[in-house]
Amino acid sequence: MQKNNGIKIRNLNIYYKNNRKSDFSALHNINLDIPKNHITIIMGPSGSGKTTLLKSLNRLHSINNGVKVSGKVIIDGEDIYHPMHLLPELRRKVGLISQKPIPLPLSIYENVAYGPKIHNRLNRKESDVIVEKVLKKVNLWEEVKDRLNQPAADLSVGQQQRLSIARAIAINPDILLCDEITSALDPISSEKVEHLLLSLKEEYTIVLVSHMLRQVKRLGGYVIFLYMGKVLEQGNMEELFNSPRNKITQQYIKGVIS
Amino acid sequence: MRYLEEKIVKILMISSIFAVLGSLLFILFITISRGWVSIKENPGIIFSTPGPRYLLGGEGGFFHAIAGSLYMVVPSTIISLILACLIALFLQSEYSSKRVSEIIRLFMDILWGTPSIIYGLFVLTILISFHQRGCLLAGIVALIFLELPIITRYVDESISSTPKELKEIAYSMGLTRVEVSKIVLKYSTSGIIAGVLIGLGRALGDAASIIFTTGAASTMPKGLFSSGTALPVVIFQQASSFYPSVRDHAYAAAFILIIIILVLSITSRLLQKKFSKYTVGD
Repeated sequence: MQKNNGIKIRNLNIYYKNNRKSDFSALHNINLDIPKNHITIIMGPSGSGKTTLLKSLNRLHSINNGVKVSGKVIIDGEDIYHPMHLLPELRRKVGLISQKPIPLPLSIYENVAYGPKIHNRLNRKESDVIVEKVLKKVNLWEEVKDRLNQPAADLSVGQQQRLSIARAIAINPDILLCDEITSALDPISSEKVEHLLLSLKEEYTIVLVSHMLRQVKRLGGYVIFLYMGKVLEQGNMEELFNSPRNKITQQYIKGVIS
Repeated sequence: MRYLEEKIVKILMISSIFAVLGSLLFILFITISRGWVSIKENPGIIFSTPGPRYLLGGEGGFFHAIAGSLYMVVPSTIISLILACLIALFLQSEYSSKRVSEIIRLFMDILWGTPSIIYGLFVLTILISFHQRGCLLAGIVALIFLELPIITRYVDESISSTPKELKEIAYSMGLTRVEVSKIVLKYSTSGIIAGVLIGLGRALGDAASIIFTTGAASTMPKGLFSSGTALPVVIFQQASSFYPSVRDHAYAAAFILIIIILVLSITSRLLQKKFSKYTVGD
């Protein structure tokens, strides 16, 4: 194994403070190795802590009050929960694409160019190049090249979601966190996004939350089954779907629990 | 029986609309028609300052009040807007707990409901303790008190109605707090404009706090520490005059006030339209 590759999670516990009564434990003693340049899918029933786990990878819940974290998440050999870690720098490396596509209140062009402009101070020509490259990468260029200066909110939801991906990869991250990014989309748009993810996995470490078993099967990769805040089972998709060791995993895959 | 109820409610709704629209149009008609006549007879009153015997029917106009109103309302609105954005961003940030935010919002609501004459009195007390006379700066301070709670509540409301994913996405792009706040404010622009318009309207129409703090001078304001006056004060002075010709000038001043408000409303509507293009409706 190479050094510093992927994401290492060690003894991660996350609690939500509950009005002084008792803390709600969202994640319980998580130990995981997420491989580099692969798609890793976190699946599990609702309320199992999938999104919490995902957001713990770029410390997004630190924007809310009342979240306590213990344990380590190591990315590039550094513990991101170390108090000296700079959050904007971490989040530049670890991008997030949310469930509902929310374009920034800017034009299509600026949505993509905003991140690179802030991180790298580009001039107009350089950002033109990046915008074109990135939009081509997410297969959106042909659809929007004539109306780059229109508000991004005018795009269809499916296009907005691909724009979200473009916006995330424009700042050149190593890791992409995807939070059920197809659940708001129609089947055709979902398919486009899934194809896109498959084509992006060469370059990025993708961590995807999904609660759709068929999607997990289509995308393959490394699968983590989360249940009540604990990792019950993990492994390659085929392995996990064909011969699940845990009873609850079996039931989940059969659709008995969801 | 149920259908009768349906009919009665419908009639009540329509008649309420007519009552509101009717009174609005009536007010506008009276002020505009009388004000317009008065201005047409003597257009100089808009551009000149009062002469020595102005309120007794002499020469002059109320330009000093138009200028005074704008000199005070514009800076106080800008300062209130900046403070309101900072307060609202604090209320929505992780620096403030839910309880603290609730308490601050309660205070804001109480301030909102406080009659403006009390702010006037408060600023007057400060002026007296510093042995100062009424001046534009004091008026600006009083108007900030008046506008701040209104604009803050509007900014607060429109920030909290931005989708929570927007903040997450912005942070996930590696933006700093200030950069994220800029995005959130941009997203809430049309709500903020509505708040500014309402705050501005209240400040523009307020006489009580101005009388105490800036005074009822009949000369052009010369600087932050010179005394001055505002349109509503002049309307009051002129309307309570014994001379009919002076009373007519009150309508002219009211006409100017309405025109200012109208221009501001239309501009803000246009701005709102422009900015709401960039936000996604749910």
